Amino acid sequence: MSHWKKTATIFFSALREIFDEAAYTRFLRRTKMASSPAAYAAFWRERETSAPKPRCC
Amino acid sequence: MLDGMNRSLSILLWGVVSVLAAAAIAVIAIHRSEPINALWLVTAATCCYALGYRFYSKFIAAKILAVDALRATPAERLENGRDFLVTNKWVVFGHHFAAIAGPGPLVGPVLAAQFGYLPGTLWVLAGAVFAGCVQDFVILLFSVRRDGKSLTEMAKEETGVIGGIVAYAAVIAILIILLAVVALVVVNALKDSPWGTFTIAMTIPIALLMGIYLRRIRPGRVLEVSVLGFVLVLLAIWGGQWVSRDPTTANLFTLSAPTLAISIIIYAFAASAVPVWLLLAPRDYLSTFVKLGTIGLLGIGIVAIHPTLHMPAFTRFVDGTGPVFAGKIFPFAFITIACGAISGFHSLISSGTTPKLIARETETRMVGYGAMMAESAVAVMAIIAACVLQPGVYFAINSPAGVVGQTAIAATTTISNWGFPVTAADMQALAQAVGEHTLFNRTGGAPAFAVGMAHIFSQTLGGGTVMALWYHFAVMFEALFILTILDAGTRVARFMVQDALGHIYKPLGRTSWYPSIISTSALIVAAWGFFLWQGVKDPLGGINSLWPLFGIANQLLATVALCVATTIIIKMHRSRYAAVTLIPLVWLVAVTFTASWHKIFDPDARVGFLAQARALAAGPATGASARLIFNNRLDAVVTALLLVMVALVLIESVRQWIGVLTGRREARVKEVPFVMTRLAEERA
Repeated sequence: MSHWKKTATIFFSALREIFDEAAYTRFLRRTKMASSPAAYAAFWRERETSAPKPRCC
Repeated sequence: MLDGMNRSLSILLWGVVSVLAAAAIAVIAIHRSEPINALWLVTAATCCYALGYRFYSKFIAAKILAVDALRATPAERLENGRDFLVTNKWVVFGHHFAAIAGPGPLVGPVLAAQFGYLPGTLWVLAGAVFAGCVQDFVILLFSVRRDGKSLTEMAKEETGVIGGIVAYAAVIAILIILLAVVALVVVNALKDSPWGTFTIAMTIPIALLMGIYLRRIRPGRVLEVSVLGFVLVLLAIWGGQWVSRDPTTANLFTLSAPTLAISIIIYAFAASAVPVWLLLAPRDYLSTFVKLGTIGLLGIGIVAIHPTLHMPAFTRFVDGTGPVFAGKIFPFAFITIACGAISGFHSLISSGTTPKLIARETETRMVGYGAMMAESAVAVMAIIAACVLQPGVYFAINSPAGVVGQTAIAATTTISNWGFPVTAADMQALAQAVGEHTLFNRTGGAPAFAVGMAHIFSQTLGGGTVMALWYHFAVMFEALFILTILDAGTRVARFMVQDALGHIYKPLGRTSWYPSIISTSALIVAAWGFFLWQGVKDPLGGINSLWPLFGIANQLLATVALCVATTIIIKMHRSRYAAVTLIPLVWLVAVTFTASWHKIFDPDARVGFLAQARALAAGPATGASARLIFNNRLDAVVTALLLVMVALVLIESVRQWIGVLTGRREARVKEVPFVMTRLAEERA
């Protein structure tokens, strides 16, 4: 993989992690569900039971 | 031979960086006759960060923490695909930076610029390299070695029960004061500004639309919907100019400070009670998208334009008579800058989600120390944005009417008499250029930062004709940041209160039980709403009393974090290196305790809460003065309580240190046992 391609891959991976896309993908893999409004609702139900991510000042 | 050459090259390279750092700092510290270029600040910052990272953080990692690439992290041992997850270090870096970067490093340095550019710049650089980055790094590593435990849990285990209770109470107190002060910053930026208010109001339906899109149309496509949301926000900024020009709509969106405060309180209560996916999460995504983009853009803009700083190195207000906030450089510059140099709040992130993602211990250095350096760089940008303004303009924007006078003529005369020439016509022209009716008395730092940022951007992209768009983009950027913190902070505080109340009555601890959600949300919103209302009604602009209170609370939390870190270092038998956390701790204790003492007992009514209460009591008795007297006394009590709590942690920690160092107490750290990583074998 070229240096630029690797950098771009890491950059988009970071964005996917920051924007919870990666977390949703992991949720789908873990629960063996296909992406759907119901799956996304279940993803958020699970998230809402854990403490929210703090955002600093 | 090749090794020897590389070594020589390395010595030469770092020698050049050191000389460059010394030269840049010498220029910004000694140069007095003419304005200096912002590139000197950029050079000093880049070189200091590079040296700090290459040498100081490496020393800490090797000699004190003994970070071990072979030791399995909780992300590896406890991987569950949910909280614990082995993640690429750059991805963790981005995640951590997005969580720690907020409005603090933008607002604090802008306010502290009243002393001149030099005190703030030196503290941001030294504070970050020797204190803030160190705190974030060591707390992250210690949390990694304890299965990602939180600061409050580590405080309880390592310094005793009092440490845990105080850390918990300090977090709640800081959250409440933080939410009040950031809400006040938004109120001051949006009051009587139909354009700004319209833009921010539009982010609510945009966020709702994003939430519904994510839930119903394209589940999980967050990046895609964030781009869409960003485009809609840009359209809202563009449309705001028409709203502000039309008398009917302008009237609708021209809100006074009290009306805005009530609107924000109602909004935050609703946002903390509705499902996260509907409003909070989409707004958070939108805010993060704008935040990362704007910070990057501002960095590029500053380097490309390399503007001249018009603010002198020191102003006459080093004597404590400043109009933005009262108090001398020591301790108030250090309290005010807060997050750009060291932030106690970061220790919560470093012991929150981040330690659960770290793949190798060695990566804590880059994530903990490195991300704080990036945050500090944002603070340097904020200093530059504030100091590119003519000082007279800076003071006209940031000074409350209670200090400089109610009318434009009175304000400009007062400020010009201080030696910072500015005219009412200058201010009117500037207000027109940014699409506002007036820029006087826009306290809180955000509007001054927005004007500075618009000034920098308009020189690169679009020229003076788009100054108004850049100004409102900057206001939107900060307000979006802050509203996200209001949403998320209220929810975090609600979870903490529910957790505590669950010990008294179990159903109250259930985060899905609506009576508990409503009552605890109301409690938290009422608490910060009270301080916000107090700030809005304060004749000195509110920032004068609330920002130092926030700074003290934030730095006191850093004191707790450094107490925990020092205790662990001593228990690890690394006491000869304990100065690495002990010196910043001693400094913070000196700063916070002195500031607290001044805020409570200083005889100057602009500094001391009790003195102000006495001055008000001596004046004519009205309903407003009675409320202000009560508020000032309450602020004094809150400050004293914070001080007592942290003094207790300090005493408890010192007892631990003496016990361990004299051999009377067992030096046992509560780390999880060593487990060999599988990642190394896999790579081999």
